[in-house]
Amino acid sequence: MRQVYLDNAATTPVDPRVLDEMLPYLREEFGNAASRNHSYGWRAEEAVDTARNQVAKVLGCSPKEVIWTSGSTESNNIAIKGVARMYGEKGKHIIAQETEHKAVIDPCKYLEQEGYRVTFLPVTKAGLVSAEQVREAICDDTILVSIMFANNETGTIQPMAEIGKVCKEKGVLFHTDGTQAFGKIPVDVEAMGIDLFSLSAHKVYGPKGVGALYVRRKRPRVRCEPVLHGGGHERGMRSGTLNVPGIVGLGAAAEIALREMDTESKRLSGLRDRMWKGLSSNLDEIFRNGDPDQCLPNILNVSFLYVEGESLMMGISTVAVSSGSACTSASLEPSYVLKALGLGDDLAHSSIRFSMGRFTTQEDIDFTVDKMVETVNKLREMSPLYEMAKEGIDLSKVVWAAH
Amino acid sequence: MAYSNKVVDHFEHPRNVGSLDKAAVNVGTGIVGAPECGDVMKLQIQVDDANNIVDAKFKTFGCGSAIASSSLATEWIKGRKLDEALEIKNTDIVKELALPPVKIHCSVLAEDAIRAAVADVTAKRDAKVEAS
Ligand SMILES: Cc1ncc(COP(=O)(O)O)c(C=O)c1O
Repeated sequence: MRQVYLDNAATTPVDPRVLDEMLPYLREEFGNAASRNHSYGWRAEEAVDTARNQVAKVLGCSPKEVIWTSGSTESNNIAIKGVARMYGEKGKHIIAQETEHKAVIDPCKYLEQEGYRVTFLPVTKAGLVSAEQVREAICDDTILVSIMFANNETGTIQPMAEIGKVCKEKGVLFHTDGTQAFGKIPVDVEAMGIDLFSLSAHKVYGPKGVGALYVRRKRPRVRCEPVLHGGGHERGMRSGTLNVPGIVGLGAAAEIALREMDTESKRLSGLRDRMWKGLSSNLDEIFRNGDPDQCLPNILNVSFLYVEGESLMMGISTVAVSSGSACTSASLEPSYVLKALGLGDDLAHSSIRFSMGRFTTQEDIDFTVDKMVETVNKLREMSPLYEMAKEGIDLSKVVWAAH
Repeated sequence: MAYSNKVVDHFEHPRNVGSLDKAAVNVGTGIVGAPECGDVMKLQIQVDDANNIVDAKFKTFGCGSAIASSSLATEWIKGRKLDEALEIKNTDIVKELALPPVKIHCSVLAEDAIRAAVADVTAKRDAKVEAS
């Protein structure tokens, strides 16, 4: 049976080229990068410096501005809680937006308990916030704006440069959760006015459990109160012995992603468009979620009316995807991201996210389209909602016996 | 969280999918759930004059466990008398399909659907008796 992996926004396999770079640092080059007095330490430090350069090139920053972490969750926590605590005397207001990842929302909510105020900006139907919204939300005591670069469920890309410009004008720090954008689309922290940028290796064919935070050193010099206290590694912002093989892997992954970005993003958007064309020409009443133009090349989010997401995933069992349906989450709530775009709960329950990757082929796409068309048709034949809609009943007017 | 073999079997080979004439006096229809909650079940029964359920059909919008629960329910009620159909408890469905705790609501919905269908056909018949 053909297995297809279309959940690359959740995580990616390690590229074999990345693994090759990492292996020596799990074997003979096991040194601690903080050991200053022998060659094991020096060689480990050199490898870490190389990786810092590789990551900095993708961001357009100085290698000195890259801080190693365990991934984006930690990077977001250091950026948000670290800035809030360092600048808390100046102000206690933070601005984010509704479709942020939980790794941004939860630190913000945590800070609310400590007396900070957080404004979550609403988004358009396409999932966008505007620089104007940010400008209007900035108050005298605003210290941080945190807007994600690209959304993990819909792929929608926010207007980074415009928002960065407003933040500079107003003298407010600008953090972005760049997890899904890093290595996929061009980033330039200078041109975009970004002061802090969170990223993770496992979304770009690196290993899990390693990531980085870019922290600006000039104009302005940004400081973060540490979340972890200890040996004072990483300019005091993140203590702990460095994960050298992981960092080497992140560096190698970053270099490959940058080198192949142009050709790969064209290839991926070609696959994504092929997928949408295949689905929309064979099925009626399906909707694409997110902004079709301002979108990552590898994410396609679709609602299939009258069928529920988890049953769809079960029907295409050998194809791995994600759904915004409640049945797939522990909370039994459908995707808050899709709801923020104004989708009703029913459409959120009917959504599937396809995320293509470096190892996705055209055959994978064609196979998935066929499977999806077959499954949607089968489930619609089984769906009382489809039957009612065909009879001309307006489902929004039905009084349901909710449970 | 993998699905039990029985859930997979009902999902892949659902029993009694379809619709009966909801206007017929000897057909009872139960529609329970709501699209916003992610599951809607329609269960229909056809009864003879001796209160035997001679046919049952379902259509379900919902996850694999919801589809399996309604499929199983139709299988179980066919051939029973109306009052015997009411003896089916959601816990029987949970046991038969080995549903995990987060899917128990699917079995509750199936039990509700049976009750709603039985109530519907009973009400229709009572109305007919009164009218004649
Ligand atoms: C947008 C976004 N932010 C943060 C994270 C968390 O990243 P990590 O798994 O590296 O902690 C993810 C991935 O799950 C993500 O997609």
